[in-house]
Parts: sequence; C-alpha cells; structure tokens
Amino acid sequence: MKEAYDCLVIGGGPGGALAAKTAAEKGLSVLLIEKRPAIGAPVRCAEGIGKEALAEFIEPDPKWVAADLDKAILIGPDGTKFTIGGDHAGGKVGYVLDRKVFDRELVWQAAEAGAEVQVHARASAPIMIDGKVSGAIIHQHGQTYEVRAKVVIAADGVESKFAKWAGINTTVPLAELETCAQYILNDIDIDERANLFYFSFDAAPWGYIWVFPKGHRCANVGIGIAGTKSGDGHRAKDYLDRFIAREFPNGKITELIVGGVSACKPLESTVADNLIVVGDAARLSDPITGGGIYNAMYTGRLAGEVAADAIKNGDTSRKALMIYDKTWREGSLGHALARNYAVKEAFIKMDDNKLNSIIHSMSDLSLDDISVKALVKEIFKANPWLALELPRLLRAL
Amino acid sequence: MIHIRRDVCGYCGACVSVCPRGALELIDAYLTVDETLCKDKCKICQMVCPLGAIVWEEK
Ligand SMILES: Cc1cc2nc3c(=O)[nH]c(=O)nc-3n(C[C@H](O)[C@H](O)[C@H](O)COP(=O)(O)OP(=O)(O)OC[C@H]3O[C@@H](n4cnc5c(N)ncnc54)[C@H](O)[C@@H]3O)c2cc1C
Ligand code: SF4
Ligand code: SF4
Repeated sequence: MKEAYDCLVIGGGPGGALAAKTAAEKGLSVLLIEKRPAIGAPVRCAEGIGKEALAEFIEPDPKWVAADLDKAILIGPDGTKFTIGGDHAGGKVGYVLDRKVFDRELVWQAAEAGAEVQVHARASAPIMIDGKVSGAIIHQHGQTYEVRAKVVIAADGVESKFAKWAGINTTVPLAELETCAQYILNDIDIDERANLFYFSFDAAPWGYIWVFPKGHRCANVGIGIAGTKSGDGHRAKDYLDRFIAREFPNGKITELIVGGVSACKPLESTVADNLIVVGDAARLSDPITGGGIYNAMYTGRLAGEVAADAIKNGDTSRKALMIYDKTWREGSLGHALARNYAVKEAFIKMDDNKLNSIIHSMSDLSLDDISVKALVKEIFKANPWLALELPRLLRAL
Repeated sequence: MIHIRRDVCGYCGACVSVCPRGALELIDAYLTVDETLCKDKCKICQMVCPLGAIVWEEK
C-alpha cells in the first residue's frame, strides 16, 4: 500500500470494481480496498439480473452464469399466476448469476486495468482536512495505514458507513429496509427457466418471496420483509421457513444467507468535496425489486469517469463532482428509481384481497415487456378502480 | 445492554444500515457495537435482524 493515490475505492462489490476499473483505465493511480478476506463471500444477493442490463458491462460467461431465464411468473396470495415473457421474450429476460465468481471476475478486471487491490483491508475513518475527505485510515493484518487520495469513491454497500463518517446521513428508515433471508435449496421441482415472485401480505409483509433457479433442481429461495414487520417469531427467516415447509418440504438446504436491501429514496446528494458515493451505499437499489447489481455497476463506472475528469481538471470539489449526481439522477436510472419508489409506496400496503383481485385481472394477459413500467401500465388497464385510488401514480407513469 | 449472539449473526449489515447512531459496524468476522454511541437504546437493530442475533440483557 502506498501513501497516496489519485483515487481510493472503498468496497470490492460490483460498484467498487467498476469504479476502480474505469478510473484505472482512465490513467489514474487507484487503490481498491475490501474488508472481507474474499471478494463476494458471503453472498448477499438473489443474483438475478436482466440480460440487456448486464450486456452494458460484460459478456455473459458460463463461469458465472448459473441459469438462463426466459420468463418471470408473479404469484398472488391465492396461487393465481401471471406470466411475463416466455415464448414472447425473444431470448431476453435474465440470468441468475453465481456472484461469488462474478464479483471476483469484476475485481480481477479492475486489477488487470491497473488498480491495486487489497483484501482484508478495512477503512475505519476518513482523513478529513479542512472539513474535506482527503483519504482514509485503513487497517490490514494488524497494521494501520494513512492513505491519501484526491477522490474517494465510497462503494461500501448496504452498511454505507464511510459517507456517514464524512457527514452524510445514510441511515435507512426501518420501514424502508427490506430484511432478507435466503436458502440455496437443492433437489426441488422447479421450472429451471422461470423466476417466481410470490406476493402476499400474510406470507411476506411489505415484501415478497422469490424463487430464482440456479440450475438443475436448485434455486435461491428467499424473502424480504419490511424492517417494521420484523420481530421475535416473525423474522425473515421465520417466514421463509414457513414458506418452504409449505412449498418445498423435501428441499435440501445447502446454504443460508441473510442481508438487507434499502427500498428508500436515494441519498439527497451522492457527492461531497473529494467524495463520490455509489451503488447500495448511495441507497440506489430498486425500491420494488431490490435489484442493485446493475445500479451499482452503472454508478461505479460513472464515478470512475467523473473522478478522472475532475482530477485532470485539478478540481475535485463538490461542485465539480456534481455532474456525477446530476447524470444518474436525471438519466434513466434516476427516473426509474423515482417511479418505482412511487409504485412501491402505492402497492406495498395492499392487503391480500386486493392483491388477489389484481393478479386475477392479469392472469389472462400475456406480457412480453418485463419492465416495471409496462407491468404497472397493464395493471392499471385491467383494474380501472386503481386509477381512482392512485391517480398520482398513474400520471407519473 | 445490547448483546450480539455471534453464533447466530450472519454478518449481513442490515442492522448497520438502520442504526440511527452509527453504533454498529462489521469488523473482521463480527458485528461490533460501540456502546458509547448506542445511547438511546432504540432497539431498531434488534427488530430488523433477519435471524434474531441481537438480544437485550437488562442490567
Ligand atoms: C437478499 C438479497 C437479495 C438480493 N437480490 C438481488 C438480485 O437478485 N438482483 C440484484 O440486482 N440485486 C440484488 N440484491 C442487491 C445487490 O446485492 C446489491 O445491490 C449489490 O451487491 C450492490 O453492490 P455494491 O457494490 O454497491 O455493494 P456490495 O456488493 O454490498 O459491496 C460492498 C463491499 O464493501 C465492503 N465494505 C464495506 N465497508 C467497508 C470498509 N469500511 N472498508 C472496506 N470494505 C468495506 C463490503 O465488505 C462489501 O464487499 C440483493 C440483496 C440482498 C441482500
Ligand atoms: S442484522 Fe443480524 S445477522 Fe445481520 S449483521 Fe446485524 S446482527 Fe448480524
Ligand atoms: S439500539 Fe439503536 S442506537 Fe443502539 S445499536 Fe441498536 S439501532 Fe443502534
């Protein structure tokens, strides 16, 4: 580890990896630190991503593509199903990844591009000079280092401590933190080309249950519920165990993972002097699906580009970095997040009777477009009463 | 006093993200609490944990 770099990236997830890779490709000296001893483990993810989204960054590789999907099936509280994609999907829809391998591949690419990578290296505080972030205190193998950087990119995921230490409020409201548990289940009967989403207030309050195939008779089976719905006897794992006892009583559990996904609005500002916040740390996971791999990669890459330009121009002030915030917020990512937040607010609190009637109204339809926008438009078409209940949402679509 | 059951905790960070005091942190293989920061004992972390790894021990 050197004493100073152009760019210091905190966190070795998809956001940090893309930031480090991009910054290194642009000619910056880059240090990426990851506090866990192994990149990507333990996994905190259901590993689903859209094919088109992934293609913006990397060619799919059988080493880390676990399953190739052509449809998503939404299942209502009474078991009624609504399928999106299938024969109409034209080879689109998505993949389920093997993130232990995927995340490592992304970090390897950053290293190949010239970034220095240090694992089991944890930032414990920013170095602040005149109230501005100027590097970080880093602990590794019992040693403490002071590392200076012109720009720090905080890609420290759901914990988001680094930006908090630098004075940005990153705390997620309890009601907007989806608390999650997931098993890898083996030896189960599933459609290996379909992602399943179960919606039910009773079975997954203010959240949903997912079954994402990972190959032959194997799937990620998990649940997210709102933090406010969690407590003794009714935690994410309790709900998941109940679901599995009902749907997959003979499944064999070969892995347990847990995690938190934010479903809140993004940080009010994702930049400060010499600091850019990306991915989950900036609270950029999707408020409906919880998906955040793409959003982290997209903002990571953008942060690397903006950092390189700012350093070249000799101005890394908040004002100079603001172009990062503006670009994602006013672009399609920011719009999708704002719309999906509104959709979430509208639908999350519905009881099972309403959810049933919505899914019933959809069950005869077929939809090729898997986007949330297309889906919600169809839901409004099939349920005219919703327009009365949610006029603002309809206008926002 | 807050007590973290290390044998239950899955090292996921959900509690860290909701702690309004910034009192929690994943350090090496463990969740760690800074008792000097956790002043109001809001117990949000205890609620949110997907596994029930945080328990309260009344002093
Ligand atoms: C149960 C669950 C299911 C999910 N399912 C999906 C899904 O199907 N599809 C999808 O797209 N998204 C999903 N997500 C969200 C997705 O996992 C995240 O959005 C994504 O990993 C965000 O990437 P990131 O790079 O921002 O953060 P992360 O991948 O979380 O990486 C952050 C890294 O920073 C490290 N770090 C933290 N603090 C420090 C420090 N002080 N010093 C050094 N390193 C530090 C952490 O150890 C971590 O490795 C899911 C999340 C959960 C919890
Ligand atoms: S939420 Fe629970 S499992 Fe996750 S880090 Fe906190 S105590 Fe551990
Ligand atoms: S009780 Fe509240 S302040 Fe204390 S550690 Fe838990 S969430 Fe943080």
